[in-house]
Amino acid sequence: MALMSRRALITTAGAGGLLLSGCDRLTSAPAVNRFIGHGEALSFHAQRLLLAGQPLAREFTTADISPVFKANGTMAPQTADYLALQADNFASWRLAVDGVVHRPMSFSLADLRALPSRTQITRHDCVEGWSAIGGWTGVQLSRVLALVGLMPNARFVVFHCADDLAGSGNAAGLYYESLDLFDAFHPQTILAYAMNGAPLAVAHGAPLRLRVERQLGYKQAKYVMRLEITDRLDRIAGGKGGFWEDRGYEWYAGI
Amino acid sequence: MTSITANDAAPPVRREVIYRHGVIVRITHWINVVVISLLIMSGLNILSAHPRLYWGQFGADADHPWFEVASLNHAAAPPSGALRIGGYQIDTTGLLGVSKGPGGQALEQAFPNWATLPAHRDLATARRWHFFLAWVFVINGTIYLLIGLLNRHLWRDLAPRRAELAPRNVWRSIVDHIRLKHPVGEEARRYNILQKFAYLAVIVVLLPAMVLTGLTMSPGGDAIFPWLTVLFGGRQSARAIHFITANLIVLFVIVHIVEVFLAGVWNELRSMITGRYAIRTEAH
Repeated sequence: MALMSRRALITTAGAGGLLLSGCDRLTSAPAVNRFIGHGEALSFHAQRLLLAGQPLAREFTTADISPVFKANGTMAPQTADYLALQADNFASWRLAVDGVVHRPMSFSLADLRALPSRTQITRHDCVEGWSAIGGWTGVQLSRVLALVGLMPNARFVVFHCADDLAGSGNAAGLYYESLDLFDAFHPQTILAYAMNGAPLAVAHGAPLRLRVERQLGYKQAKYVMRLEITDRLDRIAGGKGGFWEDRGYEWYAGI
Repeated sequence: MTSITANDAAPPVRREVIYRHGVIVRITHWINVVVISLLIMSGLNILSAHPRLYWGQFGADADHPWFEVASLNHAAAPPSGALRIGGYQIDTTGLLGVSKGPGGQALEQAFPNWATLPAHRDLATARRWHFFLAWVFVINGTIYLLIGLLNRHLWRDLAPRRAELAPRNVWRSIVDHIRLKHPVGEEARRYNILQKFAYLAVIVVLLPAMVLTGLTMSPGGDAIFPWLTVLFGGRQSARAIHFITANLIVLFVIVHIVEVFLAGVWNELRSMITGRYAIRTEAH
């Protein structure tokens, strides 16, 4: 700073300010944002084309697991319903599965554990840029969907969660996420009840979280309470298909 | 002899205008200027969400970063900013870690508002812009490379000839650059060997590396191209290489602009706008 003359400082700050306000006007203009949003559609369709063979995300060995798996988002839900479930170690917790299905059902943790399980050691990539490797055990979502039987108009699975991440004190702030059937039926898309060989910890989404390994961290919904099978997303919460999607992030988080 | 100069003691000089840059080179160049600038600015906004870089497959808060922009809080003093690389730390208050917001207030953010797109921290918007611009960049670069291969621009103008690779020639070019001596006459018609090295490094190595390391960071891309993660040694290594390569591109741009000014800014700018470039030749 001392090397910079007063005049240079003022000129630089002025030019910076001008550029800055210009850029901000650009990024906040709705028409510009809509146009820029076409990039997301392009990325989504390009990846779907290349993922048509449903390749697996890379799986690692126990030696590769992160010493500390960073917990993010909600660390401990404070809603009364969740605290009551946590108090009896999720013995009375049940996963409701409903919507456009032939047989709406609900599952206890024991029910889910009784189904065939899949264990996968994968890399979790946060939208912020960090990564952590962890092992997950759970039931493939495809098995649960097969049990309830999807109606022909089913297009999305919505994951309703117990945590009020927005801190709104009502249902509007509850976390939720959604997948289309392409990712819902992928073999590595599991409802995980165990992490690194132990029951899922509260910070990581106890008793049940989603793992959808070819997408970013915010798709990996924690504290899952209900799966709603639906033909459209625009009637749920903010209408964009997820908590972060309603706050500007892309619905397709494969990039 | 048809000398046009009256002074016989000075070498007679003639100004000749040649057609230097084809229309595709000119258009793709200026699209790159805009797109790469905005990619770097939106990229800095994305990096500020987690301004730490690691080597290997994973890396988060509890892991050891080799690069970090830190915002430090002190009990009795305002927050300060620091850049940590390896075991070294330098105070960067005002630029990195802590910088002034629009109202002049000190903000704890990795990069200053004037360097990022959007100016304020907004990961969702920065990502949307970055990936849109990445598509424009890839399409623009593909057009340049395809046409450059078809019309032999890459071979004719950029591929070094065997004679140019001779150590004596390379050394002479280095000395010329250090002396800020710019070629005239016949030699000004083509790029010198250091120019060829620099342009080829950017076109063939740095810019493609940006795309490939970017794809490696995509969890979907990782399932499509698992060999990319192997090539770069893991997602966090790819993220680190993405940042290092971006810095090398910025370094290239700085040298490039300095050279444009040294070689004659109006002539150089005109050649990249109209294609026409004036060279000085000895009159016959």
